[in-house]
Amino acid sequence: MTINWFKYASPASFYFLAGRMIPYFSVATIIFLIAGLYIAFFSAPTDFQQGEAYRIIFIHVPAAWMSMFLYVIMAFWAGVGLAFNTRLSSMVASAIAPTGAMFAFLALWTGAWWGKPMWGTWWVWDARLTSELILFFLYIGFMSLQAAIDDPRRADKAGAVIALVGVVNVPIIYFSVQWWNTLHQGASVSLVQSPKMATAMLSGMLIMSLAAWMYAIVMVLIRSRLIILERERHTAWVSELKEGVLE
Amino acid sequence: MIWWIIKRDLLLAMRRRSDMLTTLFFFIIVVSLFPLGVGPEANMLRMMASGVVWVAALLASMLSLGRMFSSDYADGTLEQMLLSPVSLSALVMGKTISHWLVTGIPLVLMAPILGIQYDLSVEALVVLTLSLLLGTPVLSLIGAIGAALTLGLRGGGVLVSILVLPLYIPVLIFGTGAVEASTAGMGFGAHFSILGAVLLVSIVFSPWATAASLRISMG
Repeated sequence: MTINWFKYASPASFYFLAGRMIPYFSVATIIFLIAGLYIAFFSAPTDFQQGEAYRIIFIHVPAAWMSMFLYVIMAFWAGVGLAFNTRLSSMVASAIAPTGAMFAFLALWTGAWWGKPMWGTWWVWDARLTSELILFFLYIGFMSLQAAIDDPRRADKAGAVIALVGVVNVPIIYFSVQWWNTLHQGASVSLVQSPKMATAMLSGMLIMSLAAWMYAIVMVLIRSRLIILERERHTAWVSELKEGVLE
Repeated sequence: MIWWIIKRDLLLAMRRRSDMLTTLFFFIIVVSLFPLGVGPEANMLRMMASGVVWVAALLASMLSLGRMFSSDYADGTLEQMLLSPVSLSALVMGKTISHWLVTGIPLVLMAPILGIQYDLSVEALVVLTLSLLLGTPVLSLIGAIGAALTLGLRGGGVLVSILVLPLYIPVLIFGTGAVEASTAGMGFGAHFSILGAVLLVSIVFSPWATAASLRISMG
């Protein structure tokens, strides 16, 4: 039996696959979220240096990780769409961008809340903070470029170019910011990492990142379905769907 | 072929000198505004001189990006260039070089004079000028990608700033870093090496990416 690897590269079949997958990932999100939050609030011990304020890491760290992963994944799919001219990959890339931007914003926001009691300031021009901010700008650039172009295929390709240029720049920005900071600030405030993380803290954080992954997948699938419907609205299968012929 | 494009673009720029001067005066005015805004204290000005000059150079270079392709696009020349058998990347390289000659070089030449206004030492002036000399071609190269992507879009000017400014950040950091390292009495060679590396990488990739973007934009 030969497997058709490209079956789900068609927006029409992916639409139904995504529809079937969403419930599973939603359930997984809820389970991981409840387990993670339980560990975060009840079973993880209070940090002896930072008190209760450290508990923000259960949101902050997964959000920061997700914002970076999602950018790379977005650039990957956008690049695939550009190289192989596959419509679905570009649609998924555009579906990822808002979730990624949301996580980048969340990481910055929760970081500011943590910074105020810990560092005594909402914001410092630390290497990590600055590069996360730039990552947020890159998402905004990607989305606003796509929003400004009316022709969806041109929007996909233009977005892909800027996403790929951005992904080349991400490591450069990350390191340049690091060098810039260490150069003329000396021992600046570095991201304080709890010296030895208790197992409960670590597991809480990992479970919360799983929840963040699942949430991101659900959101991307839902948004891809909407994008597919919008772009394919003139096709036969969508009108059949509308008339209730297809299930 | 590159020479031909450069010659043509320079000729066009010379016929419309006001465009070139506008960019230069924008740069001068922005740099001159800062002492008025933050106060004329010499110590503070010396500290922020490199940053101010560099940020003004980024803005000036970015504002002139719109002109890189738009007039050729409007009169159909760009379409002929896309159809021509010559490699589009080479044509784009020529246009980028002439953009740098028209906007980058005047900024580099003007920077020492503005630096004097900020009471910089001679060594810092030299380093500032050299860092701009290495950095401004990168601005033109990266900016060309943004200009090609936003070609013919509504609100292209604002959009290009959102796309391009985050990508300018490494250049800004190392350009100002070199000046600050030299005023602090440390070596600035490392900064120059990295600026040079960024320049080489963008010379390799930018014409290619710009050509791809132009093809996308022209459909």
